[in-house]
Amino acid sequence: MTNTVIDIKDITVGFSGKSGAILPVLRNVDLAVAQGESIGIVGESGSGKSTLALAAMGYLKRGLRLLNGSVSFRGEDMFEQSRPGLEKIRGGELALIPQNSGQSLTPTLRIGAQIIEALRLHSALSPADYQAKAVELLGQVRLPEPETIMARFPHELSGGQQQRAAIAMALAGEPHTLLLDEPTTGLDVTTQAHILELLRDIAQERSMAMVYVSHDLGAIARVCDRVIVMYAGEVVLDGTTRQVLKSPVHPYARGLLASIPRLADQHLPVALDGRPPAPGGAGQGCSFVDRCALAKERCHVERPELSQVDSGELVRCFYSEEAQALSLVGAGGVPVEVKSDAPPALTLGDLSISYHSPGLFDRFLGRQSIHVATVDDIDITVGRGETLGLVGESGSGKSTILKSIAGLLPPADGSIEMAEGEALAPAVENRSPDHLRRVQLIFQNPDDSLNPRHTVAEILAQPLKLYFGLSGAELNTRSAEILDRVRLGVHYLDRLPSQLSGGEKQRVAIARAFAADPEVVLCDEVTSALDVSVQAAVLDLLNALKERQGTTYVFVSHDLAVVKALSDRVAVLYQGRLCEIGPSEQVYATPSHPYSEVLLGAVLEPDPDVAPNLATDDVVESSPPAQGCPFQRRCPRKIGQICDTDTPPWQETTNGHAIRCHHGIDELMRLQAEDGSA
Amino acid sequence: MTITAGSRTQNRFTPIVQVLRDVVARPSGAIGLTLVCLHLILALISPMIVAYDYKATNSSMMLTGPDAAHWLGTDHLGRDVFTRVLLGGREALLVTGVATPIAVTWGGFLGILFGLVGGRIDEVLMRFVDAFLSLPWILKMLVLIVTFGTGVEVLIPTLAFFYGIPVIRIARAATHDVIARDFVSAARARGHGRMTIIWRELLPNVLDTLMVEGAMRWSWMLLAFSSLSFLGFGVSPPTPDWGLMIADARGFMSFAPWGVLGPVIALSSLIIGINLTADALAKALGIDRAQKAPV
Repeated sequence: MTNTVIDIKDITVGFSGKSGAILPVLRNVDLAVAQGESIGIVGESGSGKSTLALAAMGYLKRGLRLLNGSVSFRGEDMFEQSRPGLEKIRGGELALIPQNSGQSLTPTLRIGAQIIEALRLHSALSPADYQAKAVELLGQVRLPEPETIMARFPHELSGGQQQRAAIAMALAGEPHTLLLDEPTTGLDVTTQAHILELLRDIAQERSMAMVYVSHDLGAIARVCDRVIVMYAGEVVLDGTTRQVLKSPVHPYARGLLASIPRLADQHLPVALDGRPPAPGGAGQGCSFVDRCALAKERCHVERPELSQVDSGELVRCFYSEEAQALSLVGAGGVPVEVKSDAPPALTLGDLSISYHSPGLFDRFLGRQSIHVATVDDIDITVGRGETLGLVGESGSGKSTILKSIAGLLPPADGSIEMAEGEALAPAVENRSPDHLRRVQLIFQNPDDSLNPRHTVAEILAQPLKLYFGLSGAELNTRSAEILDRVRLGVHYLDRLPSQLSGGEKQRVAIARAFAADPEVVLCDEVTSALDVSVQAAVLDLLNALKERQGTTYVFVSHDLAVVKALSDRVAVLYQGRLCEIGPSEQVYATPSHPYSEVLLGAVLEPDPDVAPNLATDDVVESSPPAQGCPFQRRCPRKIGQICDTDTPPWQETTNGHAIRCHHGIDELMRLQAEDGSA
Repeated sequence: MTITAGSRTQNRFTPIVQVLRDVVARPSGAIGLTLVCLHLILALISPMIVAYDYKATNSSMMLTGPDAAHWLGTDHLGRDVFTRVLLGGREALLVTGVATPIAVTWGGFLGILFGLVGGRIDEVLMRFVDAFLSLPWILKMLVLIVTFGTGVEVLIPTLAFFYGIPVIRIARAATHDVIARDFVSAARARGHGRMTIIWRELLPNVLDTLMVEGAMRWSWMLLAFSSLSFLGFGVSPPTPDWGLMIADARGFMSFAPWGVLGPVIALSSLIIGINLTADALAKALGIDRAQKAPV
């Protein structure tokens, strides 16, 4: 390589465990990045990908030590650098864009001041030019009205805008190299797609080197030339993006790809069973041996070296040729089919939810609340055994609707009915024990939804005692049965949540919901906090439970492919209003509503050949408009005045597919076809 | 596989042995706990080991300096200071030892309850707490003591009452952190009652904070008790007590400092011991005691 910027040679990084032994987090990792090259580092949580990226800056998290090897940036050893030397390089030639920019920007300083500070430290400009340069930088990251943004505080910007401001700050020092640590995780799909396009353009224009750390292969596919796959602190595969994403030669990479749900799949993704070894837990053999379908005798006793195969990739596997036979696309379980004429299990009638109740002062003055409802006009019937997917960006009100159904957030108006028209009381306190039992809620993050001080046995005993009055031997038998149903052994009963992995915790949370023998289970982003390989296992489990018990799901996720994998019907929400609802096959194949079209167009596939279709700008709205169509400000197919003033009517077709738009469905399909041909 | 009731409940609270081990592993914890234990042991056994009668006066031996017979000299009535220092913490430890758990229990319970109920009731009640805390404690306490008299049966409830009020605030703040978490929402959505939620979901997660708070309250209460004795509202003579001894000996401080130094060292070492232990406890339990309570 002629123009190497970052050269990491054989580094091993570790920490001292409780027993005093050194536990490695990175093992013998090499990484060379050339000028103008963008490299993706992928892996699951704990694989060491962020540690590797930060090590490139000469930085290690507290407690970690460099045990072996060297890191050089443009020929200078980063771990031998003096502090002033490092300060000059970091933020100057080498800039980091962190995951959560909302937290990395100083909350008490205006955006302009923060960018000017970066300019003062890392540019040769005279102070008179700072202002103009800062405005220019904000313009380069495509923020609208840069002058206005300069005067804003970070909390006045949306997540996407904060990320853009952070990128502008990173660019202030005219860096040659950008380190990006999950820069789009936590952003909405449309925002993410726009930020990635921006990063790609910037890197190309300035011929920068980029190290892009992410667990999201879709994002990697958009911006990287080369991809490194990390597993248990080792590089297991290193090749071009096309090689790694299209025909990976390592069994782990293939498993990872197969576990990603995709829009085109008819099947559920395949779970990668087991979990990676803890630091220091890998034996003398291959670190992936316990989860590998190809594992042979040799893999247990000998650690494979990273070696080059004929097609040019570096791979750490003895049997990389055989690996190519492993399936790459979802060939997991088939989602359970449900007849569309199933009797209703849950009916939401004109549901309207508002977070704003008039304050004491307003009431004293006799003022009416002027806020527009957060969620309005939701009319949905879910059939028994059906899975309804609710999708939308953050702030679309999807989780709010679930909370309302669960009784945690009483609706302002409208009704919630169970099977046979039994009305549910708005507040949880007024519901009968039977109603409480029949509706169960599963939360996004099991770290938060399981009490850290309760053992699994105690967690499962709560619904069993409350709803069925079980105790003693009966309780134990039933707990064990339920654990078995979520594929966990009885020995888990005595464990605390901190002794479980993320996937195991979420299974316990699912088990707790199913212990109540519910009719309707509300799933709130249940896979979002999990690694992809674990996510696939949880989806498969939910599908199996539905098959067995005929449960009705309302499944909320921001990940459109995850919703697609499980849902029979899908409802698209924007600003708390329904845009489109219909059988999921139909909605995903022919998204008719302009918003659905925008949303699905922005989905990133882990495939370098599939580009997202970005229609509009990622303007973020904080509240729905007072009248007219909720999507009026962003709509690429806006008609005119009518969209601003009149609430759009429902336009229905066959199969219960309906959209809310002033255009007819046929008209929209015609417009889409025109765009496609143009 | 059998599951006994014992094995299920043992983990609900951080195991006490493990916490103690963590406390002792830190220098501050080791020193602090040693000091506290030393004081507790001395309070228990001192009546059996002291060489003199604490109330035996001797007019020929007034304010003599330390020597082999009287290690800390004698006071203005010729009583042995060392004997009185050894015995002087008993009353204080008894009163505060009983009052502290009472204060933490009722304050903790109300704090968790207010935190859970929230809304306007909580808002109004907390303003009362604030108003109460804004008055100097010594005034409030003296009013009660002057009304009901001194003596253990008044001091214990008085101290337990006054020192429970700031605990309400601490427990409420800790509860607010826990209540925002999904497992509390999950319990509400299941339909559990308020008491079940307090007992099963909130208390185990607030208890660590309350333990540290209790240790801190204990040291403040000791100081308050000694102050009351110093002012003559605590222990009545001739019972030996550090606060009272300091009050008696302070007039002779310029030429007989041992009369003050003895009880001061005893009281400070106990309070420093408790504070060091509380510090180590907070670190062992992972609570950052950055914000100290008022009072």
